[in-house]
Amino acid sequence: MNKILETRLLAPAIKLFKVEALKIAKKRKAGQFIILRVREDGERIPLTIADSNIEEGSITFIVQGVGKTTKQLNSLEAGDFISDIVGPLGRPSRIENFGTAVSIGGGVGAAIAYPTAKALKEAGNYVISIVGGRSKEFVILEDEMKATSDEFYPCTDDGTYGFHGFVTQKLQQLIDSGKKIDYVLAIGPIPMMEGVANVTKPYRIETSASLNTIMVDGTGMCGGCRVIVGGKTKFACVDGPEFDAHEVDFKILSNRNKMYLTQEQTSEDEHSCFLDKMYEKGKANG
Amino acid sequence: MAELNNKERMRIKRHKMPKQEPEQRIKNFNEVNSGYTEELAVAEANRCIQCKNSPCIAGCPVSINIPKFIKLISERKHKEAAAVIKIDNALPAVCGRVCPQEEQCEKVCVLAKRGEPVAIGNLERWAADWERKNIGLQIPNKKPSTGKRIAVVGAGPAGISCAGDLAQMGHKVTVFEALHSTGGVLIYGIPEFRLPKKIVNIEIEALAKMGVEFITNCVIGLTETVDELLERFDAVFIGVGAGLPYFMNIPGEHLNGVYSANEFLTRVNLMKAYTFPIADTPMFDVKNKVVAVFGGGNTAMDAVRTSLRLGAKRAMVIYRRTEAEMPARIEEIKHAKEEGVEFCLLAAPTEFIGNENGWLSSARLQKMKLGEADSSGRRRPVPIEGDVEDIAIQTAIIAIGNGSNPIIHNTTPDLNVNKWGNILVEKDSMKTNKKGVFAGGDIVTGGATVILAMGAGRTAAKSINNYLNNPDAW
Repeated sequence: MNKILETRLLAPAIKLFKVEALKIAKKRKAGQFIILRVREDGERIPLTIADSNIEEGSITFIVQGVGKTTKQLNSLEAGDFISDIVGPLGRPSRIENFGTAVSIGGGVGAAIAYPTAKALKEAGNYVISIVGGRSKEFVILEDEMKATSDEFYPCTDDGTYGFHGFVTQKLQQLIDSGKKIDYVLAIGPIPMMEGVANVTKPYRIETSASLNTIMVDGTGMCGGCRVIVGGKTKFACVDGPEFDAHEVDFKILSNRNKMYLTQEQTSEDEHSCFLDKMYEKGKANG
Repeated sequence: MAELNNKERMRIKRHKMPKQEPEQRIKNFNEVNSGYTEELAVAEANRCIQCKNSPCIAGCPVSINIPKFIKLISERKHKEAAAVIKIDNALPAVCGRVCPQEEQCEKVCVLAKRGEPVAIGNLERWAADWERKNIGLQIPNKKPSTGKRIAVVGAGPAGISCAGDLAQMGHKVTVFEALHSTGGVLIYGIPEFRLPKKIVNIEIEALAKMGVEFITNCVIGLTETVDELLERFDAVFIGVGAGLPYFMNIPGEHLNGVYSANEFLTRVNLMKAYTFPIADTPMFDVKNKVVAVFGGGNTAMDAVRTSLRLGAKRAMVIYRRTEAEMPARIEEIKHAKEEGVEFCLLAAPTEFIGNENGWLSSARLQKMKLGEADSSGRRRPVPIEGDVEDIAIQTAIIAIGNGSNPIIHNTTPDLNVNKWGNILVEKDSMKTNKKGVFAGGDIVTGGATVILAMGAGRTAAKSINNYLNNPDAW
């Protein structure tokens, strides 16, 4: 059982959690993740560690409530407990002094890009951060990103904040402006990461993507997280989650991530139904 | 009853294990075998002629005093029988159910030469079940505390047996487990209908009562390293299992609908996906679908029989050799056949074919014939040129074994491993090249059986005890 120390709503349905987990806080490096189970009989879901604090013995992660488990998680508050947390899992991000490094986070991917951007900055890189969201309220971790970046570009699909357009367009603009870019890290929805890889490929800019796959154990045992990288089968949990974005087969990844769409719908319906019933019961009880 | 003579004993026919009928059991996850009654157990125990050489003891990887416990059952001293087994085996109710007895103790039973061997596995199960049901698991006596601390990595068969023995020797043992539950393959791999989870949990609880501490959600190598454990513990035993499923590396293996057996069984057993949406973990809906399992071991049988219970319309095992070469226990193959599993032998998939949505729709099979014997002594399957067939399937489960998990060796670079990543140990002592570190089970041997892992855990426990008494003699 891990105690939740603090929560903060960052955007609609996007919530930050600071949770007690001393051993993980001591060990984790940028790019690594945890697997948690909200409750007994809950599913195991992977979440990237956004930050940690050794003095407090805490780790921070950010959750977008999209399915049953993430919604259940987002209904928890400080003082509540999470049934199980295990980690840090996966290989840490590649951190070197590349020169100029661009960190691109799409949506909740900004939470995952943040620790790596911070580590890249500490390694001596000139860090450019591009953070995308549907609209202004979905641009998260702006202050944190600004603090670790030499240049910071928020982008919104609807133009309500920063650059009007996709992060890929902003990246292209930077390249077109003659900026020398040595390394790009892309984290976010699959089409975005694929888009970034397509932008950087002609310029042969080294590009990594952090893949979010289906996982059960997260330690190599189930093979559910298998992805094709450079024509070879890799396990995101033990070989990744970060891979050479130019080598990743995004089509297969995208397809595999849709595997449980029908069941997720059932699960969520049951969950909403359960909430409705609780609500009705609450009303009946007065 | 008058004492039977050997002739009379040998005239008694082996007693069959009572079980659920196939048509009933494929509709539930309850245990297939229901166990002997006392009368059956005593009658079966009477078959043992207490022969002079006791080859069965040598045939048992953990050297249980088999004739002694069988004699006690024949005298209806079931409590004492269970105690005899537990001197050598920390998990008797588990081993009575999942050991390949026909390859071990029963294979060398003198009765097997002229007829059927004594049903040693069934009797082991009887004694262990009797104790649990009638008097509760008895906690073995412990030696006085030695003050030594040992870390056991992995709460599966190897780790549990090692921990049990070390605790009896008076050492303080802490077991670290990566998953949220203890038991390893007994929990995530072997299905309920073959090994009820409750039995595993009760046997592990008995270890906890002996003072063994279990820490779940801790991945050694990542949460803490082996070197960090060595700072806090006097010795470390690594029994993390194989744990990296092999795939066939054929086109289409990434289609939706293709599982590793590990993933399929973990979803069902550990995550209880068969109760979805009560449990939150989903799995492919195999109801009224055609499921093909590739492989011929116990895991393949577990997967195929699980899919039948989940409502598969057809469930088949596809294996590239013949039934004679299948590594599965004979009983599992028999049970699978009784339940209506189809066996498609001498066939190997060369490709999985998907529909426009990326879901599996068929498998292309290359027909094989047996050629010369290979290094394992089994005849090697060779393709029959041009003999290829496509079969329509909606779910494929790959059960062709496991490679070594890389986490420990990636994070413990000075630990010697072979080219497949299996940890290298001295055979008799289970010592690795790293002082104070021992290893055993599938991470050393590659995928094997529960009882062999338990045997390795026991050997390691003895060796750790010697080392703790004389640490300079590494």
